[in-house]
Amino acid sequence: MIAFATLLERLLFTQGRNDKIRLLRQFFETQPDPDRGLALAAIAGELHFATAKAGLIRDLAAARTDPTLFALSYDFVGDLAETVALIWPGAATNAPPPSLPEVVEALNLTPKPRLPALVAGWLDATDAGTRLALLKLITGGLRVGATGRLARVALAEFSQGRAAADASPRILPDDIEEVWHSLAPPYLPLFAWLEGHADRPDPATAPVFRPPMLAHPLEPEDIPTLTPAILRAEWKWDGIRVQLVATPGGRRLYSRGAEDISAAFPEILEAMNFEAVLDGELLVIRGGTVAPFADLQQRLNRKTVTAKLLADHPVAVRLYDQLFDGAEDLRPLPFDARRARLEAWFARTSPARMDLSELIPFATLEDLAALRATAREAAIEGLMLKDATSPYLPGRPKGKWWKWKRDPLTLDAVLLYAQRGHGKRSGSYSDYTFGLWKGDELVPVGKAYFGFTDAELAWLDRWIRNHTTARFGPVREVEKSLVLEVAFDGAQRSTRHKSGVALRFPRISRLRPDKPAAEADRLEALERLIPK
Amino acid sequence: MTAPHPDTWLTPLPAGLYCAPADVFIDPVRPVPRAVITHAHSDHARPGHEAVLASPATLALMRARLGDGAGRSQQPLAWGERLTVGDATLFLQPAGHVLGSAQVAIEYRGARAVISGDYKRQPDVTCDPFTPIPCDVFVTEATFALPVFRHPPAAGEIAKLLASVRLFPERTHVIGCYSLGKTQRLIALLRQAGWDEPIYMHGALAPMCAIYEAHGIPLGELRPATVAAKKDLVGRIVLAPPSAIADHWARRLAEPVVCMASGWMRVRQRAKQGGVELPLVISDHADWQELNRTIDEVGAPEVWVTHGSEDALIHEIAKRGIRGRPLRLIGYGEEDGS
Repeated sequence: MIAFATLLERLLFTQGRNDKIRLLRQFFETQPDPDRGLALAAIAGELHFATAKAGLIRDLAAARTDPTLFALSYDFVGDLAETVALIWPGAATNAPPPSLPEVVEALNLTPKPRLPALVAGWLDATDAGTRLALLKLITGGLRVGATGRLARVALAEFSQGRAAADASPRILPDDIEEVWHSLAPPYLPLFAWLEGHADRPDPATAPVFRPPMLAHPLEPEDIPTLTPAILRAEWKWDGIRVQLVATPGGRRLYSRGAEDISAAFPEILEAMNFEAVLDGELLVIRGGTVAPFADLQQRLNRKTVTAKLLADHPVAVRLYDQLFDGAEDLRPLPFDARRARLEAWFARTSPARMDLSELIPFATLEDLAALRATAREAAIEGLMLKDATSPYLPGRPKGKWWKWKRDPLTLDAVLLYAQRGHGKRSGSYSDYTFGLWKGDELVPVGKAYFGFTDAELAWLDRWIRNHTTARFGPVREVEKSLVLEVAFDGAQRSTRHKSGVALRFPRISRLRPDKPAAEADRLEALERLIPK
Repeated sequence: MTAPHPDTWLTPLPAGLYCAPADVFIDPVRPVPRAVITHAHSDHARPGHEAVLASPATLALMRARLGDGAGRSQQPLAWGERLTVGDATLFLQPAGHVLGSAQVAIEYRGARAVISGDYKRQPDVTCDPFTPIPCDVFVTEATFALPVFRHPPAAGEIAKLLASVRLFPERTHVIGCYSLGKTQRLIALLRQAGWDEPIYMHGALAPMCAIYEAHGIPLGELRPATVAAKKDLVGRIVLAPPSAIADHWARRLAEPVVCMASGWMRVRQRAKQGGVELPLVISDHADWQELNRTIDEVGAPEVWVTHGSEDALIHEIAKRGIRGRPLRLIGYGEEDGS
C-alpha cells in the first residue's frame, strides 16, 4: 500500500507523459504480484467497491476529531479525503500497514456494518500519504492524471526492459490493448507474458477491443502529396467513433478509447446478432436524418438508460470498416477489399440499427475541396480521405487516413480551469479556461463563458465538481481529461497570454467527453491560423 | 504584592510588540529607537533601527543582509546572559528556527514573558535547539496551527528526493528554498544522507551559506549554478529561491524536476499551485503537535498568538484551561516561506 501511495503521489505531481510512464514502469518492475496488477486496475479504473462511500469517511472523521478543528482544517485543505488523511489522529497500534491485496480483498468481502472499524484500523496503521491513497481508493476517483491507455504504454515499456536480452519480438501497447478486455485484475497472465515467462494470454473468443486506425488532420501542406486515384472519400460524421465486437464470447460496444460503453446503448447490443468486428460512427438518427451532436450527448456517460431516452434519442451506427468477419481477420486487406467485404457482409446480414457510410464519388482534389466547402449539413464535420491500398493499421500511421474538417476555426481544447460565474450563474462553474498541447504539456490559450445550453452547463458544472484536483478561491483546477470544441472568429499574436496567441470571440461549441485529451489539438494548429 | 500582569507592560502597538519598562520593541515592523530582534528573516529584522540587541549570529546575518541598515549601534547577547534594560531584565535562549534565532525572555517585577519568535522542535544541525523557558505569558507563532500540519521526519523527505534523483538521472532536481535557514538545513540534511556531490546554487543563496560556514557549520562543496553549463547540471541538485524557479533563470537547467521544501507542501493543492513536481515537507516552523507540546512544556497559563491560524490554536489550548489571546500582529510570515 505504501509503494502504491507513493506512486499515486508522484503521478499527481508529474506533468510530463513520459515521466508518468517512467514512474509506472518502475512500479511494475519493483512491485510483486498481485500488488502491481491491483494498482494497475486502480489506475485503469477497473476497481469498484460497492459498499464503501464518502459518507463513511465523513463519519469516521467526525468520531475521531474535534468538529471545530475539523471545520477549520477542511476549510483550509478543501478536499474531504485529504483533510481526513492529514488530520487523522491515529491510535496506538502494532498492526502493520495493510498491503494493497489485503485492502482490495477486504473491501470486496467485508459487510457494510463492519467497514467503519476496518477502515479506521487501516488509517491508524498508516501515514498520511498512504491514508490518502486508501481513502481515494475507497471513494473511487484517484485523479492522478493517468489513464488505462497510459498504463498500457508503460506496460509495453516495462516488457521491453524485461525482454531485452532475448530476441523475442517487442510487445507494443496495441498488442496489450488486444488482450486487455479478456483479462481481469490482478492480471497475472499479463505480467507473466510481459516478463517472458508465458505465452501471450489467448483472448480466445472473448470480445476484446482492437486498436482503431486513426486519421491525421489534413493540413494545407499535405494536399499536394495526395493522389486522387487511390483516395476514397466519405463524409466525416459528427457522432462518436465506436467499435462493435460480437464474438461467440459476447458482445461489446467500445468507444475509441477502449472504454466499454455497452450498457449505455442496449439497442445496439441487441442488434449485434452476428459474428464480426466493425468500425463506425454512433449517431442519433430520427427518420433517416442525423440529429445534432447535442442529441447524442444525452446518451453518453450513462450507466443505464430509461425507456423514454431510448425512444426519444434512438441511436444507430453508420458503418465504415470491417476488422473481422466471423473469425477471419480482415485487417491485412487493403481498404478497397475490406470495403467490398463490408458491403457484401452488410447485404447478407442486414443488421438492424446500422447502415453504411457512403463513398463519395470525385475525380480531382478540386472536387474534394468543393465538396468540403459545400458540406453544410450539421451532422457532417467535413471529409474523411482514406488510402484505398492501405491495410487497417492500428494507431495513426502517417499518410493513410486524413480528416479534412469543414470549418477551420474550431479547435479541440482541453478544459484546465473553471471559475464560478456571476449573477444567475453564480452557483455554477461557467467560466472555462482551456488549453492546447505544446510538447507534452497543456498550455492555456483562452477562456470562454458562453456557447453552451443550460443543460450542458449543468453537465459541465457537475463534471467539474467531480473532477477537481485543486481549488484556488473561486477557481478550480480540473483533471486534464475533458475535451471542449472551441469555436472562434480569429486568432492573433498576444504577449499577454502564456501561449502567445489570443482568440477572438471564443465560445464552447461542443462538449467532447468521448474524445481522449491526448487527441486535443496542438498549439501549432492554432498558430497556423494566425494571419502572417 | 503580586506581580503585575504582563499585559500591563507588554503591548501590541502598530510598530510591533512593545515592552514599556525596558523601552524596547521586539521585532518591530517599522524603524524604532531600540529593538530586540529574534532572528534575521526580513519580516522580523527590518532595517533602520537605532539600537539593536540580538544574538551574535543574528547580528552577523543582519549586517550581511541589511548593511548599514542593520542598526546604528548593535549589541550582541550570548545565550542565557542576563541583561538589565531599564526596569526590566532580559535574556535570550535559542529558538531552533534558523542560525542565531532566539526567544526573548523579559522579567519585570517577578513576572516573566517569553517571546518565542518563529521556532521549531525538529532536530536541525544548523542552529542551536529550542530551549523551553517556564513563563507566565508565552508569545507564540501559529504558522502551522492546524491539526492537518504534522511535519514528517526530514530525513524521509530527503530520501524521497534522492530516490527521484536516481529515477530521473538525466534531469536536474531544482529545489525552491529561502536563502536563510532552509537552504543551509537542506544542504546539511543532504550531507547527512550521504550526498557528497557538489551542490549547485543560485547566486542569491551564497552569502548566507558563507556566514553559516563561518559559524562552524560545514556545508561541503557548493558551486554556482548560474555559470554552469546545462550538461554539467544533469543529475545534480540545484538550490534556488522559489521566485527563480518559475522564472527565466530555470531555463538553464536540464529538464528540471521542480521541488519545493516547505511545511505548506503537506497540502497537495498548495503544492500543485506552484507547479511543484516533488513537494518536500521540510519546515522551519513548529507543526501542530510541536506547538501544543511547547505550550505545555513552558507551563504558561496564558498564551499570546502573533500570526498564523490563531483560531484553531486558541480553541485547542482552551480545552486544557490555557487562556489564548490573538495579537493579530501585521507584517510577519512574509519572508521565510515556512
